[in-house]
Amino acid sequence: MTTTNDSHGPGSYQPLGPADRREMLDVIGVEGFDDLFSSIPEGLRYGGELPVEEPLSEPELIRYLDELASRNGPASGMLSFLGAGCFPHFVPTHVDALIQRQEFMTAYTPYQAEISQGTLQAIFEFQTLVTMLTGMEVCNASMYDGASAVAEAVLMARRLMRRGGRVLWSEGLHPAYREVAQTYARHLDVEFELLRVDASGRTSIPALDDDVIAVILQQPNFFGVVEDLRAAGAVVAEASAKFVVAVNEPVAWALTVPAGELGADIVAGELQSFGNGQNYGGPLVGFMATRMEYVRNLPGRLAGQTVDAEGRRGFVLTLATREQHIRRAKATSNICTNTALCALATCIHMSSLGRNGIRELALQNLAKATYARARLADVSGIGFPFDGPHFNEFVVRLPIGAGAAVDACVANGIVPGVPLGRFDAAREHELLICVTEIHTRDDIDRLAQGLAEACG
Amino acid sequence: MADYPESYKYTKEHEWISVDGDEGTIGITDHAQAELGDVVYVELPAVGDQLQAGQPFGTIESVKAVSELYAPISGEVTAIHEELVDQPELFNEDPHGAAWMVRMRVADSGEIDALMSSGDYVTFLESADGGH
Repeated sequence: MTTTNDSHGPGSYQPLGPADRREMLDVIGVEGFDDLFSSIPEGLRYGGELPVEEPLSEPELIRYLDELASRNGPASGMLSFLGAGCFPHFVPTHVDALIQRQEFMTAYTPYQAEISQGTLQAIFEFQTLVTMLTGMEVCNASMYDGASAVAEAVLMARRLMRRGGRVLWSEGLHPAYREVAQTYARHLDVEFELLRVDASGRTSIPALDDDVIAVILQQPNFFGVVEDLRAAGAVVAEASAKFVVAVNEPVAWALTVPAGELGADIVAGELQSFGNGQNYGGPLVGFMATRMEYVRNLPGRLAGQTVDAEGRRGFVLTLATREQHIRRAKATSNICTNTALCALATCIHMSSLGRNGIRELALQNLAKATYARARLADVSGIGFPFDGPHFNEFVVRLPIGAGAAVDACVANGIVPGVPLGRFDAAREHELLICVTEIHTRDDIDRLAQGLAEACG
Repeated sequence: MADYPESYKYTKEHEWISVDGDEGTIGITDHAQAELGDVVYVELPAVGDQLQAGQPFGTIESVKAVSELYAPISGEVTAIHEELVDQPELFNEDPHGAAWMVRMRVADSGEIDALMSSGDYVTFLESADGGH
């Protein structure tokens, strides 16, 4: 920006100097900066010094931040088996290389179709890939994360049913997802009822009364167990309630029957496993997919394919009347954005793998987790609370508290999993272990060794 | 100048109602469809829903806007014109006839008297408030 102040000169990128401030205050017509707050009553103004430390110089600041950062150990620096909704998969280098292209990295929201064809096409491809994976008819352009996506699915089910009522959900639905959904629904006429998993780790659905508006299962569930969605779908089909299937780990869907073929009305969840690292638990890639007949109740952006005035294929944001900037309080959601760059990474990774690659990735995950479970079965004292089929996660029961076992392993550079006691006090001895394609046989043997030592 | 049937009653929200005994039929006026442009979608209530006079009961969507539909009078919905969802162009072609939206049972015939006649509606359209 140009300024008349010669000390900065025209086209300066420097922040405001005293002369700039003086000029602005003169134009406004006040003596000093404090005069701008004259409308705030004296008694409400903060007196005295702000309890903030002195500013640091740049090298001091960097040293301070480095010290803070050193208190965390990155998962890449440890042998980590952490999962529970955010998964350790390998993201090929070309994904990052492509998303860091300026056209993708700096592109803003594609409301002006004429200058956003690349972004819109990428979103359209993303939506298409997810419908293929889930077996559903339409998918939105992505959402913040799986938790808010499932919360929105509850709201969508309520809209579709045109009434409030009970939502039956499994304890196999990630506890954080349930907490977020309960927050969303706090002031609505919706009650939640928890269905416990049985000894197999699966959820069975009881016959449904008319007041049930939705049933929610997660596939695979929070305990790593593969649910029998076909049986669940059959029960829900007998009633008017909506069948919502949540997903944390989409890689598993290469091997399970797509929920769309089993009667799901809405599929909502997380796609972080494709294209995105664990980072610090985010950023993530939520999504919702549904039947075409429900599309007008689907929140989130939708990219659509059309033709322009000259008959050439083009892409636009469509069905915008669902959205907040048009329908205001009656919009399907107050969220009006999507995690475009993360969704793009997902899209790139999925298309690089292709149908066969995704299946192979899933088979590797399953094989390695199966090997890990077998190795741990040989460790005396370790048991398995659930005997149902699992994908790349499973729960072990330890003779000592799982938290203590984790601490002992961490001291040896291993993070063996997520202690479940933090979600459910009754599961204090249980540990959720995630094994993916990134773990080698040696890594898994070290895990077994580490846990044996911790428990022995 | 469009033909606003004299047997119909009209609302400030640009809906018409045709009453036969205790059954009312509701649609949107020619003025409304002209303002909306090409209609692409309508969301209708369900049979059995109770409508309240002046309260929204559905939405109508065109290429450029979406509007609420307001009940002219109170009563229970007895029939909805489902084909409109697949043939929204009927609103633009024949708003006062083929594009009827909802049939309902009239709860209180006194509410009908409060609505505008076709002559009052035309006057309303020409006034400052009616031209939107």
